[in-house]
Amino acid sequence: MANFFLDNKDLQYHLEHPLMKKLVELQERGFAEKDLYDYAPVDFEDAMDNYRRVLTITGEVCGDVIAPNAEGVDEEGPKVVNDHVVYAPGTAKNIEAVTKAGLFGMTLPRKYEGLNLPLICFVMANEMVARADAGFENIWGLQDCAETLNEFASEELKAEFLPRVSRGETCAMDLTEPDAGSDLQAVMLKATWDEAKGTWLLNGVKRFITNGDGDISLVLARSEEGTTDARGLSMFVYDKRDNAVKVRRIEHKLGIKGSPTCELVFTNAPAKLVGDRKMGLIKYVMSLMNAARLGIGAQSTGLSEAAYREALKYAHEREQFGKPIIEFPAVFEMLTNMKAKLQASRAMLYETTRFVQLYKTYTHISHERKLEPEERAEMKTYTRLADAFTPLLKLMSSEYCNQLAYDALQIHGGSGYMHDYPIQRIYRDARITNIYEGTSQLQVVAAIRHVTTGTYLSQIMEYEKAECPGDLDQIHKRLVAMREEYEKAVEKVVSAGDNELIDFHARRMVEMAGHIILSHLLLRQAADLEEYRTSAIVYSKYGEAQIKAAAEYIANSCNGDIDLFKQVLDEH
Amino acid sequence: MKKALKIVVLAKQVPDTRNVGKDAMKEDGTVNRAALPAIFNPEDLNALEQALVIKDMNPGSTVQVLTMGPPRAADILRDAMFRGADGGVLLTDRKFAGADTLATSYALSRALVKLQPDIIVAGRQAIDGDTAQVGPQVAEKLGLPQVTYAEEIVSLDENQIVIKRRLEHGVETVSCPLPMVMTVNGSAAECRPQHAKRVMKYKNAKTPSELQAVDNDYLRVQCNCKEYLNIGEWSVADVDADDNQLGMSGSPTKVKKIENVVFQAKEAKRLTSADADIDGLMAELIASHTLG
Repeated sequence: MANFFLDNKDLQYHLEHPLMKKLVELQERGFAEKDLYDYAPVDFEDAMDNYRRVLTITGEVCGDVIAPNAEGVDEEGPKVVNDHVVYAPGTAKNIEAVTKAGLFGMTLPRKYEGLNLPLICFVMANEMVARADAGFENIWGLQDCAETLNEFASEELKAEFLPRVSRGETCAMDLTEPDAGSDLQAVMLKATWDEAKGTWLLNGVKRFITNGDGDISLVLARSEEGTTDARGLSMFVYDKRDNAVKVRRIEHKLGIKGSPTCELVFTNAPAKLVGDRKMGLIKYVMSLMNAARLGIGAQSTGLSEAAYREALKYAHEREQFGKPIIEFPAVFEMLTNMKAKLQASRAMLYETTRFVQLYKTYTHISHERKLEPEERAEMKTYTRLADAFTPLLKLMSSEYCNQLAYDALQIHGGSGYMHDYPIQRIYRDARITNIYEGTSQLQVVAAIRHVTTGTYLSQIMEYEKAECPGDLDQIHKRLVAMREEYEKAVEKVVSAGDNELIDFHARRMVEMAGHIILSHLLLRQAADLEEYRTSAIVYSKYGEAQIKAAAEYIANSCNGDIDLFKQVLDEH
Repeated sequence: MKKALKIVVLAKQVPDTRNVGKDAMKEDGTVNRAALPAIFNPEDLNALEQALVIKDMNPGSTVQVLTMGPPRAADILRDAMFRGADGGVLLTDRKFAGADTLATSYALSRALVKLQPDIIVAGRQAIDGDTAQVGPQVAEKLGLPQVTYAEEIVSLDENQIVIKRRLEHGVETVSCPLPMVMTVNGSAAECRPQHAKRVMKYKNAKTPSELQAVDNDYLRVQCNCKEYLNIGEWSVADVDADDNQLGMSGSPTKVKKIENVVFQAKEAKRLTSADADIDGLMAELIASHTLG
C-alpha cells in the first residue's frame, strides 16, 4: 500500500511551481479542447487536479506493483526465445499494470488518444518508476520516442503509430551499432528503396538497443549510398509486426537487468521514412537524445531517492555500540549531504524540464500559427536554456546518483555488499546513468560552450536578482562569492586562447557552474519554504568547497601541465 | 455475436479494519467509524474485476455498481467508474439505516428488480461484518441461482456461465444459467487500477444531492448536460420497498452482548531438537487436545 507520489513532498512541491500556470495555458492552448474530449480540462485548476490524480495513480502502481516486482525482475531478467525477447514475468506484470492504468501516450495529443499531459508530469512519472525499478523505467519511458514522431513525422505516420503508443505498445530507438557508439556518424545499417515493393528496406546490425524488440522502433540508417558521414543518415520507423528483425542476443549487464539490451539483425526489414531524408542524425536524433538525457536525469533522481530512503531506513534500524548508527556523526553527515544532493538534483531536473517544455510547446504552436514577436523571443530564450541545462542536468544528477548509491551502500556496511538488501541492486543500476545517453565526459563537451559563451553566467545573474528574506541573505552572499570565483577561473582559462586548455579544464568549469546553479535553485526553494533551509545551507557549503578546489587547481595550472598528462599516451 | 449483458456489482463502503489503531473501537464495543478511513470493501473490488472481465468478453455489456449507504458512499461508485464501471446507483435513505443482512438484502433486491441485470456480482463478504450472507440472500429473494466463492470465469455464452469456485479442499467448476448471482472470493484476480483517462472523465460524477451542494455553476451545467456524470440516487420510495422490512425494524438480528477480546499471547517457549523436548511438546499437545 505504498504511493510514490503521495509519500514524496519534495516531488509534489515541484508540481506547484509558479510557472505552471503559463505552462498549462500553453499546453492546453487556452483549454480549446474542453468540449471536444470528455477528459480534457476546462481551466487551470481543473488541469492541475487532473495532473495530481494521474500522478497519484502512477505513484500507486509504482509502490504496489513495480517496486515489489523489482527484485524478481533483477534475478530472472529477460530471455531470447525464437529470435524475440520474452520479458521477465515481473516485467510483463508491470506492463500490464501501467497499460491498465492508462499510463501510455502521457504527453501525446488527445487526437492520438494521448493524455496530453505537460512534460513535467511525464518526467515526474519517470522519476517514480525509476525509484521503483530503474530497468523498467527504460521500457516504459521509451514511449518518449513517440514525441519525436509527433514532432517530425508526416500526419499519415502519426495517425498510424501514435494511437498505438497511447494504447500501450512499447518503443525502441535503434541508433548504436558495433562501430558507431558515441560517434553516430559512423552508422552503416543500410536503407534501400525498393521500387517493386514500394517501401524502404533495412539491412544490417544494431547493438546495445534498449528494448530492441519493442513494438515500434525508430531506426537510424544510411539511406544515401556512398556517403560516410551524418549527411547520409535518415530516420525510419519499423513495425515489429513485419517480423523482419531478429534479436541475436541480449547483453549480460551489471545492472538494469530487467531492461533487455539487444543485438538486432535487420534482414530486408520494411520501414517508413520519418520526416526528410538526410536529416536523421542532424535533426531528429539530436531531438531524441535531448529528450533521452532529460529521461536519464529523471531516472538518476528516482534512483537517488531510492538510495536515500534505503540508507535512512537502515541507519535507523541498525544498532551498534548500543544505539542506532544514524546517531553517529559520520553517518548523519553522510545522510544529510545525500539529502541535499538529492533535492538539488530534483530542483535541477524540474527547472530543466520547464525550459524544455516551454520551448517544445512554442515549437508545436509555431506549426499551428505564427508566433507573436514576444513569443518568438521567449522561445529563443528557453531553447537556449534547455540546450544549456540538459547536459548539465544529465552530468550532475547521474554523478550524484552514483554518489548516493555508493554512500547508501556504505551505510549498510557488510550487509550492503550482500544480495540481502535492495541497495546492491540500486548500486548496480545507478552505475549506467553516467554512461549511457552520452557519458559524463560527453555531457561536458556539450556543456562547455555555455561556459565560454556565458549562458550559465547570465542565468546565474538572473537567479541572483531574487530576494532573500532574513538570514538566507548569508547564503546569497556566499553564492555571489562563488560566482566571482567561477568568473575568475573561466576568464583565466579562456583568455589563454588555447582550446586544449579549455578542454583540459572543461569539467572543472562546467561543474563550478553546476554547483552555483543548484545552490541557487535550493536557495529559491528555501525562501519559499522553511523545509528547504537545511539543504540550501548544506548544499551551498558543499558547492563552495568544490568550487574553491576547482578554482585553486585552475589558478595553479599552467599550459605545460597538459604535457604531464599526455605522457600516459606513450605507456603501453 | 454475443449478447450485450447487463451486469450489476454489489459493493459496500467499509471502515478499513485492516489498519486498526487504538481508537478503532468505542467504549461500548461498537466500531468507531470516524476513526477509520472508509474504503471500498476489498472483495467487492475482486467482484468488480470479474464484472469487468465479463464486459471485456462481451463488448457492449454494461457494468453498474449498486451500493447502499450514507451519502459519502458515492465515493466508491466514483472509484468503480475510474476502474471501468459505466455508472452507479447509491441507495440512500434514513429508513435504510441500522439494517442487518436480511434488511440489506431486501433493500438491494428491491433496487435490483428495478435494474433487471443478467448477472449480479458481489464480493464474498465485507470486512466489517464478515457474514457472507448478503449475496446469497439477494439470490434467494430474487429467486435466482447462485455461485459462491467464485474465483475465475471459465466461459460465458448467452444462456450460461461457467465458473471456477475456490473451496476449502480444492477447485470446483460449475455452470449456471443466466440470470444469476455470483459472489467472488478474495483469491480471484485483483481489481485493475484506476485508469488515467477515466479518472479525468468521471472525477466530477455526482449524485443529485452532491450536485446541490456544489457552488460551481459551470460544474453544475456540465453535470446536467453530460449524462455519464450522473450517479443514481434512490430512496425507499424509488425502489417501492416495504418500510417494515427495512432498517432497524426489518432486522431480526439483535446484539445480545459485546465483549472486548484481548489476545493474551503467552511467552514463547524455546525448544531444542532433542528427542526429550519433542516428546514433551507432543505430550502437552495431546493433553490439550490440540493433537490426537
